[in-house]
Amino acid sequence: MVEVTGPSDQPLLVADGLTKSYGRLAACRDVSFALYPGEVLAIVGESGSGKSTLLQMLSAQLAPSGGRVSYRMRDGVLRDLAQLGEAERRFLFRTDWGYVHQDPAQGLRMAVSAGANVGERLMAVGWNNYGRIRQTASSWLERVEIDIARIDDAPRTYSGGMRQRLQIARNLVTEPRLVFMDEPTGGLDVSVQARLLDLMRSLVNELGLAAIVVTHDLAVARLLSHRVMVMKEGRVIETGLTDQVLDDPREPYTQLLVSSILPP
Amino acid sequence: MYVAVKGGERAIENAHRLLAHERRGDRDVPELSLSQISEQLGLAVDRVMSEGSLYDRELAALAIKQARGDLIEAIFLVRAFRATLPRFGTTEPVDTGAMRVQRRVSSTFKDIPGGQVLGPTFDYTHRLLDPGLAQGGDPEAPALAETSDVPMPRVTDILGRDGLIEPSPAAETDAPVGDLTRDPLSFPAGRDLRLQNLARGDEGFLLALGYSTQRGYGRNHPFAGEIRFGEVEVEFVAEEIGFAVPLGSIELTECQMVNQFKGSATEPPCFTRGYGLAFGQSERKTMSMALVDRALRARELGEDLIAPAQDEEFVMSHSDNVQATGFVEHLKLPHYVDFQSELGLLRKLRQEFAEANAAPALKEAAE
Amino acid sequence: MNAPTYNFAYLDEQTKRMIRRAILKAIAIPGYQVPFASREMPMPYGWGTGGVQVTAAILGPKDVLKVIDQGSDDTTNAISIRKFFAKTAGVETTTSTDAATVIQTRHRIPEAPLRAGQVLVYQVPIPEPLRFLEPRETETRRMHALAEYGLMHVKLYEDIARFGHIATSYAYPVKVNARYVMDPSPTPKFDNPKMDNCPALQLFGAGREKRIYAIPPYTSVVSLDFEDHPFTRYKFDAPCALCGAEDSYLDEIVTDNKGSRMFVCSDTDYCEGRQAAGHRGTESVAPHKEAAHG
Repeated sequence: MVEVTGPSDQPLLVADGLTKSYGRLAACRDVSFALYPGEVLAIVGESGSGKSTLLQMLSAQLAPSGGRVSYRMRDGVLRDLAQLGEAERRFLFRTDWGYVHQDPAQGLRMAVSAGANVGERLMAVGWNNYGRIRQTASSWLERVEIDIARIDDAPRTYSGGMRQRLQIARNLVTEPRLVFMDEPTGGLDVSVQARLLDLMRSLVNELGLAAIVVTHDLAVARLLSHRVMVMKEGRVIETGLTDQVLDDPREPYTQLLVSSILPP
Repeated sequence: MYVAVKGGERAIENAHRLLAHERRGDRDVPELSLSQISEQLGLAVDRVMSEGSLYDRELAALAIKQARGDLIEAIFLVRAFRATLPRFGTTEPVDTGAMRVQRRVSSTFKDIPGGQVLGPTFDYTHRLLDPGLAQGGDPEAPALAETSDVPMPRVTDILGRDGLIEPSPAAETDAPVGDLTRDPLSFPAGRDLRLQNLARGDEGFLLALGYSTQRGYGRNHPFAGEIRFGEVEVEFVAEEIGFAVPLGSIELTECQMVNQFKGSATEPPCFTRGYGLAFGQSERKTMSMALVDRALRARELGEDLIAPAQDEEFVMSHSDNVQATGFVEHLKLPHYVDFQSELGLLRKLRQEFAEANAAPALKEAAE
Repeated sequence: MNAPTYNFAYLDEQTKRMIRRAILKAIAIPGYQVPFASREMPMPYGWGTGGVQVTAAILGPKDVLKVIDQGSDDTTNAISIRKFFAKTAGVETTTSTDAATVIQTRHRIPEAPLRAGQVLVYQVPIPEPLRFLEPRETETRRMHALAEYGLMHVKLYEDIARFGHIATSYAYPVKVNARYVMDPSPTPKFDNPKMDNCPALQLFGAGREKRIYAIPPYTSVVSLDFEDHPFTRYKFDAPCALCGAEDSYLDEIVTDNKGSRMFVCSDTDYCEGRQAAGHRGTESVAPHKEAAHG
């Protein structure tokens, strides 16, 4: 929809010394990295490793105790998220960003039709033609493999896998440049997971999306991501290209994680 | 031929005449006096004063008489009158520690300095209808004892000396106390406004909410630290004089709940407080209020917000029975203009539905 | 006993000043809901306490007041409020839209066009147009502040997807001065176009919810819709059975137990004015003798 401006050798998002503490408990300590346009980064670790806290800080939903997150806006300027006004932040969320929740009920309006769920972002940015909104919603339903005969049904009548695909369509309809995903396949059956991962991989490739995926499932990381960050007790303990880290982990903890899943 | 309905004005007048007639009841039965109401239905008067936010027994009795005993209607009458009164100023905070106590019980200690004082209470009465009362007659005079000057410190003050309960947030003496009747409410509201809202709130609503916290919807493990009822002095600083002068005394009930302790990385564990206060003797109200006050502090104390009683917007927006009764009862007002447009829309939708469903049948018939 | 005495138009002057300040702010920010310290009035919440407070704050001794409910001067609540001001302010009252300087209304806008200098005061039960989509005040205020109105269009989208057209027949949301989405109070959508570019000042009072908002004279008021599903005014199938008007909002009157019906103007002043001017419908009272012979 909108041309991505600027050369892709400039980072899209930069985390710099991100720290979050609750009293004496540090949930996340001194995390720094840069994410480039079109790049998919997986953050892996067990529950309690701080990866969800990190994702919330990266997506400006939680204020860090230290450090900062910067994002390159569509005009090419890198801005500190903490300095954005609420209107700008919410606008980013409706247009240039997507956020896929583990529980689709949190990311969807469960009592509103699938068509309106997908169309909401378009209407929020001023689309005012019912026919065009519906047309766009239908084509997105097709892209995420939802029967368009179900366009007027509410997601509460959908299966778990369909809900998750609808949530993805709802996020991608404004063609964002960056999508945050929090355990996107959690809570789904294995066969359903495989189909969803396949779909996500092809969408990410087609659209040239950058994504930050939080997961405890290394299979998800292997299928979707270019790079992996391994977290333990609030710190990043290992980072690198996905194949490298997963095939040849250096840290004993990463070795343990890798050995506890089946090889690809 | 049709002539549009007229004559509403006379109908209203006649309805009000009939109301006055019904209020009086059988003319052979002696008419109620205000002193009978304030003396013999004292707890009803207390409730009307509390939720009407006006300490005036005589006006509350009048309101109860005028409302035919409908207490929410009586509260409404008192509130509407109160809204027109000029505001001279704000009294000094009353000192419930210096209360001339008629009743004072604590469930957290067997005995306390000053002792447990039962006072006038329904507690421990057997709830048997009393035919003797139906006939009337003078009850026995109350038992008397020497008054003692033993001070009656508040139980929470005793706990507070050892730091076992969080300190009452020190009031900033210069900061103005919010007034819901003079400023519109906005969220999040400070505790001053929350307490004011609860003090004016409907007893039944607070009772149900307080009860819900006990049943697990926002449980906060309360103990009735202390309930006390008695007279306190009200003082007012008149600017011209420069010092506080007593205006008189009022009866109050105060309930302090002592709740589940809590600590964090930086704070040692201690008990927390819930507070209830009402005019007159209103134990059910103050206990419920204290439970709900504590529940509403969930956010401040870092607890999960999961239950209705913890939801500030939900509780404060629906606690006022004068607002609630007005809006529920306004459904009696004519709505026929809106109903007409709904009727028109419904007919149109039904017609469209019928046409859409008739079409395939016709086609089949044609084939 | 503290025997009550009351000020002109009931409210004390301090309170009136507070309400006037809220009204001025509301006029300065068309369509924005200004919180105000609503007082307890001697009529119940939901029965017009917001409108009554606004009227009390703007009424002067020379004003001429008209009060309607459902378009009629003769419904019980309209009578009750009119009598309240006749008693507490001693102002002249009227049923004529044209003669009135202040018109307090519930659920209708008069059929006769309003003129500059008149004030129309609406009674509002729920001022927040987003309330039934988002119950939290903290959230809806933020949505207004950021002009985030996508959710409102979601509702209209759902109507069209289900019914083929927007199925909101009253309290139909509008956008005021191209900025704030506003609830016009539960007037039928038939009346919405009258709010646009209106020469009179329109004030809205919600007592229980403690909000005042306004549409200054000659302000744009646009009913929300989609390009390809534009707002349409409700159209009745038949003219008024009493005055023959074809452009007015009609009440449906059930005339017997067999379900016979007739349709007559909801605006009684408008209907009587037309009948006095000689207009007739199918069910009119028998014409005057002169006419019968003529």
